[in-house]
Amino acid sequence: MSALVSPAVTRSTISGGDAAGGWATLRRGLQLSPALREGLGVTLLLAVVATLGSSVIPVVIQRTLDEGLLGDTGVDRDRVWLYLGMAGVVVVVTAVAGYAMKYRLFRSSEQGLADLRIKAFRHVHDLPVLTQDTERRGALVSRVTSDVDQVSLFLQFSGLLVIISIGQLVVATAIMSFYSWQLTIVVWLCFLPLIISLRLTQPRMTRAYAKVRSSVGDMLSAVSEPVVGASVVRAHAIAGRTQARIDASIGANLSANIRAQRLVAVTFASAGLAGGLANGGVVVLGVLLGLAGELSIGGVVAFAFLVSLFVGPVTTATQVITEAQNAIASWRRVIGVLDTPADVVDPGEDGSALPTGPLPAQVRHVTYAYPSGPVVLRDVDVDIPARARIAVVGETGSGKTTFAKLLCRLMDPDQGHVTIGGVDLREVSFASLRGRVVMVPQEGFLFDATLAENLRYGKPGASARELRQAVEDLGLADWYAALPAGLDTEVGQRGESLSAGERQLVALVRAYLANPDLLVLDEATSAVDPQTELRITAALNRLLTGRTAVVIAHRLSTAEQADEILVFDGGRLAEKGNHHDLVGAGGTYARLHASWVAQSHLATG
Amino acid sequence: MSADTLAGAADRPGEGATGQGFRILGHGIRLQWRMFSIAVLGSLVYGALTVADAWVLGWATDHVIVPSFERGRLETGLALVTVGLFVAVATLRALGVIARRLIGGLVYYRLQAQYRRAVTRRYLELPMSWHHRHPTGQLLSNANADVEATWGVMMPLPMALGVVAMLVFAVVAMLFADVVLTLVGLVVFPLLFVINVGYQRLLSPRVARAQQLRAVTSEVAHESFDGSLVVATLGRAAAETERFARVSYQLRDANISAGRIRSVFDPVLEALPSIGVLLVVALGVERVMSGAAEPGDVVQVAYLFTVIAFPVRAFGWVLGELPRSVVGWRRVRAVLDATGEATYGTERLPGDGPLSLSVDHVGYRYPDSSTAVLRGVVVDVEPGRTVALVGLTGAGKSTLSSLLIRLFDPTEGSIKVDGVDLRALSHESLAGAVALVPQHTFLFDDTVRENVTLGLPVDDSEILEALAVAQAQGFVQALPGGIDSRLGERGTTLSGGQRQRLALARALVRRPRLLLMDDATSALDPDVEARILAALREHSRAGGATVLVVAYRKATIALADEVLFLRDGRIVDRGPHAELVARSAAYRDIVDAYDTAREAHVDGEVRP
Repeated sequence: MSALVSPAVTRSTISGGDAAGGWATLRRGLQLSPALREGLGVTLLLAVVATLGSSVIPVVIQRTLDEGLLGDTGVDRDRVWLYLGMAGVVVVVTAVAGYAMKYRLFRSSEQGLADLRIKAFRHVHDLPVLTQDTERRGALVSRVTSDVDQVSLFLQFSGLLVIISIGQLVVATAIMSFYSWQLTIVVWLCFLPLIISLRLTQPRMTRAYAKVRSSVGDMLSAVSEPVVGASVVRAHAIAGRTQARIDASIGANLSANIRAQRLVAVTFASAGLAGGLANGGVVVLGVLLGLAGELSIGGVVAFAFLVSLFVGPVTTATQVITEAQNAIASWRRVIGVLDTPADVVDPGEDGSALPTGPLPAQVRHVTYAYPSGPVVLRDVDVDIPARARIAVVGETGSGKTTFAKLLCRLMDPDQGHVTIGGVDLREVSFASLRGRVVMVPQEGFLFDATLAENLRYGKPGASARELRQAVEDLGLADWYAALPAGLDTEVGQRGESLSAGERQLVALVRAYLANPDLLVLDEATSAVDPQTELRITAALNRLLTGRTAVVIAHRLSTAEQADEILVFDGGRLAEKGNHHDLVGAGGTYARLHASWVAQSHLATG
Repeated sequence: MSADTLAGAADRPGEGATGQGFRILGHGIRLQWRMFSIAVLGSLVYGALTVADAWVLGWATDHVIVPSFERGRLETGLALVTVGLFVAVATLRALGVIARRLIGGLVYYRLQAQYRRAVTRRYLELPMSWHHRHPTGQLLSNANADVEATWGVMMPLPMALGVVAMLVFAVVAMLFADVVLTLVGLVVFPLLFVINVGYQRLLSPRVARAQQLRAVTSEVAHESFDGSLVVATLGRAAAETERFARVSYQLRDANISAGRIRSVFDPVLEALPSIGVLLVVALGVERVMSGAAEPGDVVQVAYLFTVIAFPVRAFGWVLGELPRSVVGWRRVRAVLDATGEATYGTERLPGDGPLSLSVDHVGYRYPDSSTAVLRGVVVDVEPGRTVALVGLTGAGKSTLSSLLIRLFDPTEGSIKVDGVDLRALSHESLAGAVALVPQHTFLFDDTVRENVTLGLPVDDSEILEALAVAQAQGFVQALPGGIDSRLGERGTTLSGGQRQRLALARALVRRPRLLLMDDATSALDPDVEARILAALREHSRAGGATVLVVAYRKATIALADEVLFLRDGRIVDRGPHAELVARSAAYRDIVDAYDTAREAHVDGEVRP
């Protein structure tokens, strides 16, 4: 559905899908959640039965009173009981149909929306915005939580009311036409302005509700500030300012809601106005028609009552259709996630597997620019032999991290390509790639769980023994011994009960457990003390013998021992070679190294 | 309005869910009683005019339709009056609708906003330890979905109260028509109530579970998106999806289970008034037969029943929302009632210039943990001195620096600056005098300027100066909008080193009198770090701050007048770097690690 994605969508924005109309959204929504359509026919049939039942009951009761109680021949007891029996049956059938319909609707909508939620969640993980744009994740969460909830509320309550109301309208129109087609037209004519104005106000309504939904996203984003950034707020005593920002977003949400509510109230009220007009028109024109011999007095009076059968559902439908805008806006946002193309696509089962054994990598004329950002890597061409230890150095912003991310296919190059083990990365299935090519990012993110559970992210199902062994293998027994509860230590939100250095240690153990053939460390020990750092890297070197390793490090101790050093400067590969050659060459590396040595020797020197 | 006022009402321990639900309603009404009264008034107008509509129709039958047929013509004036009456009633009713819906909506949304403000205020007041225990997703859910659930019931409430008035009118009218039939009919109402109570009993726990799972869903999503890089690099997206799917399906099942109860009770509640009408007619026929009632009375009672059959369902809507409301309220209350907020004193620090620091036998253990992170730490730092804190990862350095800015309070001992206990200082005074630069900082979805000043009124030259000292002016100037570039939008993704430099600028612009740097330059290139250190030295010489720096690199340590060596939560040694190197092997192991490695490496190369 390309219509849902505006052309301006780039890799780092997620479509709100604003361009799509209500019907397009509905169609696309149903298409994305097949469970919603399953058995929909039967559910609708049950809805028709329930609708007919609820429309028929008042008619039967009215007939009972008219014919049984007020008939010309006095009270007709048998007829009354017959009608009452029939009405009783209708009531029971209506209730049973109502139950079956509602239950089916709950089941299919919950199933369909759970699937949609999960699908959207999965897709978010494929979107590069997640790894690039760290500040707006709170807003993204709303797309798989409250937005989906809104859709489910709509499907289970209002959505059904729309269908029932439309059914009742059809029934009412049919009964009315039976009495007088001319008056039926009058009634419809009175409601025509409402229908036209509904069409006219709908874009405003759509905008109003789109605003409501996005204000919820903004609000969650603002609320997440003092939660995620609690220490900053505390340390700088900016609670007042933070609260002001949150209050502003809450206020924006409040006024967006009220603005939308204003439109709803006015539309709803105008439906009532149209009803009044219809009542008056029917009486006046009914009399005129009666005088022309087309209708009896009884006919006019009966018709006047019938109008209320028409006004009720119109009013309900109007209200519900306007409220549905909220759900449509939400649905659109969820669909917007799914329709934002993931530019790193898992070829899945069509993909090939990496060859077994040690993995070499080739980077061929690779260029990369962040969306609407400057070029960060330009025409980089590198061969990494299998089993090699490669160090990547360069100043901040020289493109080192981008290089690492391209090597692990967290992103795809704009130009050129990366192959590992001779296979283009784009063709490697993630199942094969992720287990064998592992990157440890600088910020050791941990999940709010125990240490053991976090380590098992590297090797699902690993036994406690294996985990403890891994910790020991990496020379971290001392550190481990000081933890309050060993493997059962709770690491807290984002691992924040541990220090940044400790989080990095956990991330390294986790990667070691994953047992990769190509390991990429992106300043993965930057917060660890030198002694522990060297111990752990030496252990990794020993343990991962025969594997390929690419290490980005600003502590150049790592570079000194590498087989080859890649020096990046301003997005280009400026130099490469081993430590001795590069120091001798007197270029960028020599300068960086001199500064490093100067620093680490200052005090002793 | 304070959180206490918002939390204190509407609660009585040990009462049932329905009782508590009504109490929440009462509480909401009290908070917004003016607007709420208008909404109820609108609802009453609406109800009255619905009855008036029937009256106008009756009037039109008697005064327009029948006479016109008799006269054989329709007088224009009469026709206009008829239409006018209908439209007038409809207009008034429309005003009632607007009052009910718009003002009713206002009540609902205002209560939401009010509670969101109260809940988020608590987030700002509650201590770090509380934050560490509560998942971000849950807190987002508390402020959003739970507040929404609490007050969702306010939407149909004015309508339901309007219905009460309508019911009273209807019952009075019925009583005038036929007492016995009315009493029979009235059996239906207690029955409605009893069934509703059963309904709530069954629904409440299911709705509670759904609401709780809704929060869990939000927790999992938030955490998973937060850790997306780890998820991607370890190829855990499928496993994470499975984790999310598990809670989503639990939520689905909980919703279906609640839905099943609804599906059973809603049709029953809808059918009851119809059954009431049937009862009335059946009994009515017998009474007419026995001469106890007139047919017209039966018709009237039956008609009134039909009229109220639909609006009575508004009750069901309110009652159906109550369990959700109670559950939401309890979850919101958990935040409003949470205790342990850091309390600050009122004292201010006199004078300016660098502060002295005195850490007196400080110990710290995390809540519910028996292992002490810090034990008997004693530190005295003279004003203007620079002290390096050195120790292995996990030795307690970050904890100690967190204590100095009161992210946590020591579980033993006390900390003083210039002789004043930190706990006696006002929050502003503490934050104005002491600044912490963490390893990883949080950046706001805002401009560079705002991220540096955080609202502090400083002029551009001061911001630029802080950025310059932090070696951040270069990359900031290269951003498309300079210091007014918005962070967190496309293309403006900062590297770890760039974020650290902004964090440093954020601290420097506040001209702290005690600067704490928790390995705050770890992500920087040696060159950049060297420049920052040089600038800092310049900076501290000029105006002066006492500096405590967690460091590993010798260049950083060299900046310090003195080194504190922290090991297993204790200060095991202190003194100038050279002395520590001379006397402590453990200290040498850390600070000389790179040299040792380099020598070993060089040796290795030299050896054949």
